[in-house]
Amino acid sequence: MRVEGEGGGAGVPAGGSGETVVFRVRRYDPESGVGPYYQEYEVPYRPGMTVLDGLLHILREVDQTLSLRYSCRQKICGSCAMLINGRERLACETQVAEVGRTVTMEPLPHLPVIKDLVVDVEPFLDKMKASMPYLIPRSDSENIRVPPEEFERYRVASDCIWCAACYSACPAAYSNPYYLGPAALGQLFRFEVDSREDPSVKPLRLVIADDDCAGVWRCHQAHACSEVCPKHINPGELIAELKREVLRARISGRI
Amino acid sequence: MERHGVLVVGGGLAGLRAAVEAKLSGADVAVLSLVYPMRSHSVAAQGGINAALGNADPTDSWERHAFDTIKGADYLADQDAVEEYARDAIERVLELDRWGVPFSRTEDGRIAQRPFGGAAFPRTCYAADHTGHAVMHTLYQQSLRLGITFYDERVALKLVKEGERVVGVVAMNLRTGELESYAARAVVMATGGAGRIYARTTNSHHSTGFGMALAYWAGAPLEDMEFIQFHPTTLYGTNILISEAARGEGGVLLNNRGERFMARYAPEKMELAPRDIVARSIYREVLEGRGFEGEYVHLDITGLGEDRIMERLPQIWELALKFAGVDARYEPIPVQPGHHYTMGGIDTDKHGRTEVPGLYAAGECACVSVHGANRLGGNSLLECVVFGKRAGESASSDAASASDPPSGPFEEAEREVEAWIGRLVERGGEERAENPYHLRAEMQRVMWEKVGIFRDEEGLSAAVAELKSIRKRYWEGAGVRSGGKTFNVALYDALATGGMIDVALAVASGALARRESRGAHYRTDYPRRDDENWLKHTLARFTPDGPVLEYRPVVITRWPPRERKY
Repeated sequence: MRVEGEGGGAGVPAGGSGETVVFRVRRYDPESGVGPYYQEYEVPYRPGMTVLDGLLHILREVDQTLSLRYSCRQKICGSCAMLINGRERLACETQVAEVGRTVTMEPLPHLPVIKDLVVDVEPFLDKMKASMPYLIPRSDSENIRVPPEEFERYRVASDCIWCAACYSACPAAYSNPYYLGPAALGQLFRFEVDSREDPSVKPLRLVIADDDCAGVWRCHQAHACSEVCPKHINPGELIAELKREVLRARISGRI
Repeated sequence: MERHGVLVVGGGLAGLRAAVEAKLSGADVAVLSLVYPMRSHSVAAQGGINAALGNADPTDSWERHAFDTIKGADYLADQDAVEEYARDAIERVLELDRWGVPFSRTEDGRIAQRPFGGAAFPRTCYAADHTGHAVMHTLYQQSLRLGITFYDERVALKLVKEGERVVGVVAMNLRTGELESYAARAVVMATGGAGRIYARTTNSHHSTGFGMALAYWAGAPLEDMEFIQFHPTTLYGTNILISEAARGEGGVLLNNRGERFMARYAPEKMELAPRDIVARSIYREVLEGRGFEGEYVHLDITGLGEDRIMERLPQIWELALKFAGVDARYEPIPVQPGHHYTMGGIDTDKHGRTEVPGLYAAGECACVSVHGANRLGGNSLLECVVFGKRAGESASSDAASASDPPSGPFEEAEREVEAWIGRLVERGGEERAENPYHLRAEMQRVMWEKVGIFRDEEGLSAAVAELKSIRKRYWEGAGVRSGGKTFNVALYDALATGGMIDVALAVASGALARRESRGAHYRTDYPRRDDENWLKHTLARFTPDGPVLEYRPVVITRWPPRERKY
């Protein structure tokens, strides 16, 4: 058996064919005193190679000054969201063959750049935290039963990996600094419909969702979030559902 | 300098469960984490978490869970710890349900449970096939609710001691590149496993075992490091995990003749034999020419039907499609064994205490031991919540009576770390500097080829010698070709590599010394389990010349060792 060192694919032969692709990376180092620029790297290509594989090749073999975030390499940790050929994607799941011979990588738009492909995710996390992204347990929660139809309502929303791709792509979040954005509103919905939560908290969630500046009404239904979500969550649809919840609560006088 | 009562190093599942417990008991607690907590490798756990809830079969019991765990461990687990672990399991899982884990449900709304390898009952609670993600996010959410302090994107580089006592850590802030000191009355290590010491692993890039190395360097012994779990089914090419749930739900393993070859190795349990047995069986099929392309076998889940695959194994379906181009609804998935789990780790008692005062550990970086020579699927998430809670409890109660550390030892520790970083960066300017990534890759190859699924004296002796030479080259010649302060990934990786090499050496040395086969440790030159001489735990103590090994008897309570058949 053939064993390569650590790489994208330990069992898959690297290079070999001599084929290469061009990785065009937007570089920025705050210590350099120089503005952002694009740097091109020639990277050996092999079938099945992901964008992350290529970036790690650069880091390990070509240029150790490159900065990026990565961890699980299986689209579950959400570290490596970036702009790849103009679209928010996870580098770990994006096949080079899918995006072309020249791959351009840029940091996620709409978040301050720390260095190269690493952005400051704190503004995104602040929005997440403002949506109370946690269940407040009921006091009488022994012997829990969750009806399958209720489980279905929060199942998909709870798949969120907090990668910020949707937040980065959302035009409403871009133009309105107060808007919570798709991921945070998705979390608001996820807990709103979970009956394991203390019922007295529910109106508070709806009041947050109903906020004129931060809440659901600032969603213009561009559905860019749903386009880019690597977990196929469709936050746009969750926000639409949350709007219905808010309206029902208003009509019934709950809020 | 930051000061806290309890400092948890690592923001994965065990770390957060420890932090939550410390917070609930009133301690001033903070979590220091290399990555933002929701990026931790715990999110990659797929199949589930075991607890004898009896939802699928009311005759299940915690005693059966304990027995299955001990038998799975090939009798190397400490039985007193396993009993408490299996008993605690029930309350820990129900508590997760109260906190909001999106568990899959039975028709009547209870937590669903599925069959898993080595378990006599369907005992594995799950959230489809991304249980780790579900549990991890819930714990992070609850940490936010409780207002726990987080220091994100900080890498711990040294445990600071005052005399014999651990009093805090020196860490590097990745964003600024600055060294920072964190003083605490109690430090809990929860830094995860060491998968990346192997060339083929399911683990995330940051599962380096660096945290184990820090504790080891600070004087805590590493226990049972030679026991490395090789998961039978990792995706050919990337070694991404294909959950045991795929077999639990009915998937079968086939060789190139279309045979369900597990009939030869575990006629009763077949594909649901424990992982060590299935992994060796697959490897043997491949070595004997019954694999595909000399590399892998087939995992066929097509028999489950489209609906069940999409409901129970949606992530597996997508991973196979994305990373191997295989639509698992209609074609078999190419799989091969790969490193999956580090059974050994920082030696702790069943309350998370190490023998070094002020130092605690929980989760995959620790060894209690409940997994012994082989961990059962569904038992690692459980370990994180059971022993995370216990470590948090011990740390906060001990911290209440401890005094605040002085700042003197931190200044000295910072100078030492600065010198280490300085050497790496300075050498990076020299033409002949060794690339730390190349040293790491060499170590990974040595570990996979010589300290892998099948081991023998010759290979292991060679591995120890090669690792010692890699170690020497690292400390005398490694250089980082990147001197910046801001988010210097190559520098962090180079620092971690120094720790990884010593962890690898502990694994190889323990394996060379242990002249028997038990659980995941398989010696072709000593193919039998030898209870007379080897029913004992290995303890490796750090010295710069390599580990010094000691042994400790296994705790047996009510299950005397028997032959392990499936």
